[in-house]
Amino acid sequence: MSRIEVDEKRCKGCGLCVIACPFGVLDLSDKFSSTGYYPAVMVKPEKCTGCTLCALVCPDVAIEVYKETKKAGAEK
Amino acid sequence: MTERILMKGNEALAEGAVRAGCRFFAGYPITPQNEIPEYMSWRLPEVGGTFIQAESEVAAINMIFGASACGARVMTSSSGPGISLKQEGISYIAGAEIPIFYADIMRGGPGLGNIAPAQGDYFQATRGGGHGDYRVIVFAPNSVIEMGNFPRICYELADKYRMPSMILADGLLGQMMEPIVYDFEPIDPKDFPEKDYLLGCTEGRERRVVRSYDLRPGYLEKNTLKLEKKFKSIEENEVRYDDTNMEGADLVMVAFGTASRVCKSAIPLAKEAGMKVGLLRPITLWPFPMKVLRQIADEVEHILVVEMNIGQMVEDVKLAVEGKSQVHFYGRPSGSVPVTEEIFEQVKMILKK
Amino acid sequence: MEKKVFKRTGGLTDIPMRYCPGCGHGIIHRLVAEVIEELGVQKRTIGIAPVGCSVFADEYFNCDMIQPPHGRGPAVATGMKRIRPDCVVFSYQGDGDLASIGMAETVHAAARAENITIIFVNNAIYGMTGGQMAPTTLIGMKSTTSPFGRDVKRAGYPIRMCEFLAALDAPGYLVRVSVHKPANVMKAKKAVKKAFQVQMEGLGFSMVEIISQCPTDWFLTPLQAVEYVEKQMIPYYPLGEYKTPFKKEEGKKEAKDKIEVEFRTDFN
Repeated sequence: MSRIEVDEKRCKGCGLCVIACPFGVLDLSDKFSSTGYYPAVMVKPEKCTGCTLCALVCPDVAIEVYKETKKAGAEK
Repeated sequence: MTERILMKGNEALAEGAVRAGCRFFAGYPITPQNEIPEYMSWRLPEVGGTFIQAESEVAAINMIFGASACGARVMTSSSGPGISLKQEGISYIAGAEIPIFYADIMRGGPGLGNIAPAQGDYFQATRGGGHGDYRVIVFAPNSVIEMGNFPRICYELADKYRMPSMILADGLLGQMMEPIVYDFEPIDPKDFPEKDYLLGCTEGRERRVVRSYDLRPGYLEKNTLKLEKKFKSIEENEVRYDDTNMEGADLVMVAFGTASRVCKSAIPLAKEAGMKVGLLRPITLWPFPMKVLRQIADEVEHILVVEMNIGQMVEDVKLAVEGKSQVHFYGRPSGSVPVTEEIFEQVKMILKK
Repeated sequence: MEKKVFKRTGGLTDIPMRYCPGCGHGIIHRLVAEVIEELGVQKRTIGIAPVGCSVFADEYFNCDMIQPPHGRGPAVATGMKRIRPDCVVFSYQGDGDLASIGMAETVHAAARAENITIIFVNNAIYGMTGGQMAPTTLIGMKSTTSPFGRDVKRAGYPIRMCEFLAALDAPGYLVRVSVHKPANVMKAKKAVKKAFQVQMEGLGFSMVEIISQCPTDWFLTPLQAVEYVEKQMIPYYPLGEYKTPFKKEEGKKEAKDKIEVEFRTDFN
């Protein structure tokens, strides 16, 4: 399964990634981060395709994306 | 290098800078310094350097900021109105501690003024000139020989202390011709000392940042106090002056640049009339020769300051003598040059009082 | 098995950026940093941070940086590039810095065809000082010094820099892009890369004008701000290439192919 990692120390909860995601994977958390923002979290992680659109628009370079490789998928 | 050449002051200055290793010049036309960029425009390409006629003095000072931060010996020049425009850049450069060298060939002011020689930029030069706490090393030549030979000293001090240094001369020194002998061999930029703050290739070292700002509380103060320490050390070690006929003088004249030449010519007149008159010529206007003036004040009753302005250096002289001598002033501002007889009249008036 | 397909570029330092939430500067920083890294010139790149919000750029870009007076970036870049032609020099500037106080330096650096790259961030506002009117503020747009909206009778008209500089004979590369949507971000990166390549090939002055969002000083949420870029900014500031050094010799189509641009295709 593809996934993203949001660096909570960097995320300022602007929500640009939330609207960038074509599959509604992301939303803003309802819990404060240590920096006082509502960081982005995966609410529908199973729908993530690893397309990187969220990371492309992230102004704080807080998102890293891991894409599931086809080979690994076949093994499963 | 003992060849005697007849040269204009401005050209001697430009050639002196090139011989001292200057390889980047950016400037903007203004009278009476035009011979400097004109000379540089053909001379620098000869030695593999770069000449740029900038769109403004503001751009020129920033071009040399960038070039110096990348390791070149750089120069710009102007006259008062243009130096005013360069002050923004000079302040940033002083804050960022980057060495530069520039020349102010003074003309009459304020405003557009005229193009005749004057000394009205003394305050601007010796007080830093721009915003914030900083100083600039100021050399005041009084001959074409010094116009040609001072740039090397200015570059060395600018490098040593990582700060701007300048030559403050007037239009007369810039325009007149005199024989000159350069007292140093041309310096190859390859022989410059290593600098650990230059920008360029980060291979094998940490990245570097050249900047004059620091928003962290307390840090800028620390840095400015560091600058203060540097300035104190310059005041202690780099004062230069020239004195003439000081032995047993009843009156000592204090003058720099062109005014000092006129004063010097008044000494024999005074001698003939039975008056003992000496001359102190500050060569560095900042650091100013405070200590030597204090010593003079212990022994001499009258000090006569002669300037081609309405009284600027006289304030530094008063600060130095602390009221121990009587300080008199004679000034011809905005493009007028005093003649020997005028100075002699002043001396007579003071000593007969 | 999984593969990291998007990681933080080494062209940026580790310091978290202090820009406001949703600000376009962060995206643009990343694009420039990635291009520097991908072109393999990070060890010989010198960046110039302006006066304005992005004065902090000197902490974020992982290369040598210099911080000159307001608007003087192109002049400082000129001095540096002439002394170090082997280095890649870029000047990162905002709209007040470039199109107002630094207009003379910008126009003349372009006219001299200096081999430097300008990253011009146009968000139509003075951000750092709290949202005053900029030379690029749109007609009718509110700011703290045009509280009733920019009135052309009193404050004149916004300046379109790409069109302005395209009038010069000097060769170079001028392009306007935006970073408000993923597709635009990808195009912006392509443009930044092309600009750096133009410099590296010695083809003259290159400037990438990037229409960016400033939610804080536009008094909008980040989401409203990107919508504002789409609906208000881009109609006034049309996106596209305004000058390219390849046009004359080889025709526009070939020109696009000449420079190889890495384009991400591994998304659905």
